[in-house]
Amino acid sequence: MNYKRLTILCGHYGSGKTNIAVNMALDLRSQRDNVAIADLDIVNPYFRSKDSEETFKEHGIRLICSDFASSNVDLPSMPADLYAITDDNSLSVIMDIGGDDRGAYALGRLRDAILNENDYEMLMVVNKFRPLTPDAPSTIEVMREIEAACGIPFTGIINNSNLAGETTAEDVLGSVRYAGEVARLSNLPLVLTTVEDRLFDELKEKISPLFCLKLQKRPV
Amino acid sequence: MADKILMKGNEAIAAAAIKAGCMHYFGYPITPQTEIAAYMAKVMPKIGGTFLQAESEIAAINMVYGVASAGKRVMTSSSSPGVSLKGEGLSYLAGSDLPALIVNVQRGGPGLGGIQPSQSDYFQATRGGGHGDYHMIVLAPASVQEMAELTVKGFELADTYRMTAMILADGTMGQMMEPVSIDDLKVNPAPEKPWATTGTQLSREHNIVNSLSLVPEELEQLNFKRYERYQVIEENETRYEEYKVDDADIVIAAFGIAARVSKNAVDEARKLGIKVGLIRPITLWPFPKAPFKKAAEHAKAFISVELNMGQMIEDVQLAIESKRPVTLCNRAGGMIPDPDQVLSAIKEVNGGIA
Repeated sequence: MNYKRLTILCGHYGSGKTNIAVNMALDLRSQRDNVAIADLDIVNPYFRSKDSEETFKEHGIRLICSDFASSNVDLPSMPADLYAITDDNSLSVIMDIGGDDRGAYALGRLRDAILNENDYEMLMVVNKFRPLTPDAPSTIEVMREIEAACGIPFTGIINNSNLAGETTAEDVLGSVRYAGEVARLSNLPLVLTTVEDRLFDELKEKISPLFCLKLQKRPV
Repeated sequence: MADKILMKGNEAIAAAAIKAGCMHYFGYPITPQTEIAAYMAKVMPKIGGTFLQAESEIAAINMVYGVASAGKRVMTSSSSPGVSLKGEGLSYLAGSDLPALIVNVQRGGPGLGGIQPSQSDYFQATRGGGHGDYHMIVLAPASVQEMAELTVKGFELADTYRMTAMILADGTMGQMMEPVSIDDLKVNPAPEKPWATTGTQLSREHNIVNSLSLVPEELEQLNFKRYERYQVIEENETRYEEYKVDDADIVIAAFGIAARVSKNAVDEARKLGIKVGLIRPITLWPFPKAPFKKAAEHAKAFISVELNMGQMIEDVQLAIESKRPVTLCNRAGGMIPDPDQVLSAIKEVNGGIA
């Protein structure tokens, strides 16, 4: 994938933003030297980018993250080095934003800098198998709420439709139409469909572009 | 079969409650159960139901009391410290014989504790939760699908026996995502509630819902009658799952997330030739005494795997009348035992009985 300096991942909570962010950071690191992943989730204290801290260290990816993420402190807080994202133009960043409009408020703090620089993609991560976004209109409703909260317009859609371990190739194939409908109604490109590595070979000839996800280790 | 969707355990509880005909939810946010309230806040207004974020957990449980008095299916949810705040209300619901569903997605304690998963409210839940002689029906799910199914069951049992039912889950069960089917859930409609305070229409005597009873002879009778009902529940509503118990020398007792971990350990131990089985209580009250008593006829030892300092272990000891040793295998404070820890405990106990 071709990356802008900032790749911002937003979506309904539980849509799969963090898994995509981790994989994109690794992909981006294979293309560029100065790469960071920014975990700006102020909503969810469980299942965070920080859980992959060791992987990032190993690959020389900077983690911009609140000291309290994945800790026992239920404190919605921003990283101390938040402004490195917008101040350091030599850095390429994958930004993992908290779920829904509530999570996107945190991103609003960086709005002016992001819009002035205008070297960003803001991607809406969608999963048709999530309860509150089963069709295009309900998904677009969430999109509009996120845009209103952060003040930044989306530039594309990522289709991450999945049923976790029970996902079949047919589920993913069937979801492309839904994602296409979201793209059509929002007048934005469908940038990627993502799929777990076990299904990648089966689907790589059938869906394009297709992005392979290696899932983060689950704590249990 | 209807399509599956990918849900957090907390969302599954909320969706299943609505499917069960619960149109009234009162709560207050607390990690790790906030998604229940968030889901209700989004969906209830669209279907003509009530979502109300109360000013406190105490207010929320008393709103539950109000709706339950009017005979409607009603729910509140919280996590450990918030459930303690609801304690008085739980007792009043019991004293008034009101049906309602309470959800506790437990976190580590005591006190404000932490936000990571725990099972340390077992005593509180199975012994009632508030003051006075009473029980709640306590249901312990071990998958997201079961979160949904037991939510429906909880409403039905609460209505049938005119008492509160509690879903006792933990932070992991609340946060983990699994595919579930909500559309396929079977729901029995709520029974007639001739006792409900719905207005006399000038055609019947006033119904009074109250937990105050100042004549000791009468209050004693109320307690006796309530406990006769509890006996019926103990006889008819006990639920559990058995896994490889029939020939087991060692039997593990575990519920919720601890049972999932233990199941893996049972399989690993079997590969090593150790005969281990698992009894997973699904109702924590009434506690499934019978399968434990039966297992004690052939098992030489028991292990209770818990996310606390050892609470259910007492019910296991009571169920087997202390005829066999029961060892505790545990983590506390928000930590979860892994299959290796359980396997080590199995090996150690096996060394002791071999």
